[in-house]
Formats: sequence, C-alpha cells, structure tokens
Amino acid sequence: MIPTKEEWMDALIARHGSKLHELFSAATVAVCGLGGLGSNIAISLARAGIGKLLLIDFDCVDISNLHRQQYKASQIGQCKTDALAENLLEIAPYTDIKTVTVKLTEDNFAELLKDADIICEALDNAEAKAMLVNGVLEQLPACFLVAASGMAGMDTPNTIKTRKIGKRFYLCGDEVSDVEGTIGLVAPRVMLCAAHQAQTILRILAGKYEE
Amino acid sequence: MVKVNGVEVDAAGKTVSEYIATTEYDSKRIAVERNGDIVFKSQYAVTVLEDDDRLEIVSFVGGG
Repeated sequence: MIPTKEEWMDALIARHGSKLHELFSAATVAVCGLGGLGSNIAISLARAGIGKLLLIDFDCVDISNLHRQQYKASQIGQCKTDALAENLLEIAPYTDIKTVTVKLTEDNFAELLKDADIICEALDNAEAKAMLVNGVLEQLPACFLVAASGMAGMDTPNTIKTRKIGKRFYLCGDEVSDVEGTIGLVAPRVMLCAAHQAQTILRILAGKYEE
Repeated sequence: MVKVNGVEVDAAGKTVSEYIATTEYDSKRIAVERNGDIVFKSQYAVTVLEDDDRLEIVSFVGGG
C-alpha cells in the first residue's frame, strides 16, 4: 500500500524537520548523465525529498551498465531517462520528475538547465565534463555546480573527496583515477563519489556551503 | 609569481594559453579559475597572468 502524499511529506518532515524539508522540496536539481554517478545521485536526492529532478541522458540501459548503475535486468534497452524515472517513482512516488532524452552539447545545455538551482555534472567522458563545467560557469553563473572527476578502478575509497573550487563550484572524486588505464568503474567507488555529490547538493540547499 | 593549484610558479606575464602550453594539461579537459572567477575558454589566449594571481586548474578524467 503506497502512502498518501500527506503521509509521505509528514514522514520526511519528521526526519529532516520542517525547515530543511521546505528547502529540499522547493529545490530543482538537474542531473546531467544517468550512469553510475547520476543514477545513484538521483536516488539519494529523491529519497531526501528534493522537489523537482531534471534527468538528462541520451543513452539506453545496456547489460554492461548493470554492475554499477541503478537499473534492472528487465530495463535493458529502455532509455535511461524513462527507466530511472520509473525506478525513482517506485522509491519516492511524489517526486516531480522531468526527463530529457538528449545529448548535452554546447548549443543546448544553457536552455535545458536554466531553471535548475543546482546542476550536477555526472557525465562519463572527460571532454564532455569539461565542456559542461566551463559552459555552466560561463553562462549560468547563478547556478551552483557539483561536478565529479576521478572515481574509477580498485583504489582505496578514502581518496574520494569533495573540494570547493569556486564560489558556486564543487568537485568530487580523487581527481586522478581515469577510467582508461584501470579495470573501469566498480559500483562502490562510483557510489562513493555519487554520495559525495548528493550530500554536497543537500548541504548547499541547507546553506552549509562554507567548506 | 603566480600560485597555480597552491604551488608558486614563475608564470607572470604569460597568457593562460601560454602557461598551459608549458604543462601536461589537455586544454579540452580543463576548467580554469583565476582569483575565484572562471576564465572563459575564449579568453585563454588574451588573459595575462599577473604577480600574486591565484590560478586553479581543474583537469577532468573519464568515468561516471
């Protein structure tokens, strides 16, 4: 039996307090890229009661994703946007979700992301990451940006960290572990980085961005 | 001297492009902040570094 919206919100208020709940539920967060980072980030944010999630990815769920990304075997072949929206609504049924199935480029990102309070960069390609980060910092200076670099391989979990780079720009990861030259991405280390990004987003919304 | 990612570097007088060319950084994979503000990609070639500037170069690696 799925709880009513009122029961759901009351449960979140009981956990977070009404002030934090208001801040979380009023927020719009864009998650750019729905792979190992983005799918985990979106789940944490939906559970925390973030009001509106904008989910962007151009890709479909592939068998090679399932060792680390939050999809199911039954979803292979589905667009990641649709599959993740489905999973999120099973977890947190009252989340307002908007999906855009498109590849982010220099020409479309500003229009797609302009209404977000916080933009989360969760892409996988290094040049695409740099494109989006530069683009957001140049063209959307009012947004907060939480990006990631370096979470591949079997290295220690303890080097994944969050660093404040600029006034509204945070970077999570170990900043060195490239997917090339390692065994690739493994679920826990990607989840650690995703958790850093999600927690940083919640902290920004809570007004704790002094670090 | 210019402080690049916390390290003193003799780069005053160089443009951002000229300085990056002396390093291992791939200009397609970086973002550069100078004294807390983003340096626009289009301005790398004309932004001249000055003594006491603080430069933060973020280099992205693949994976996500």
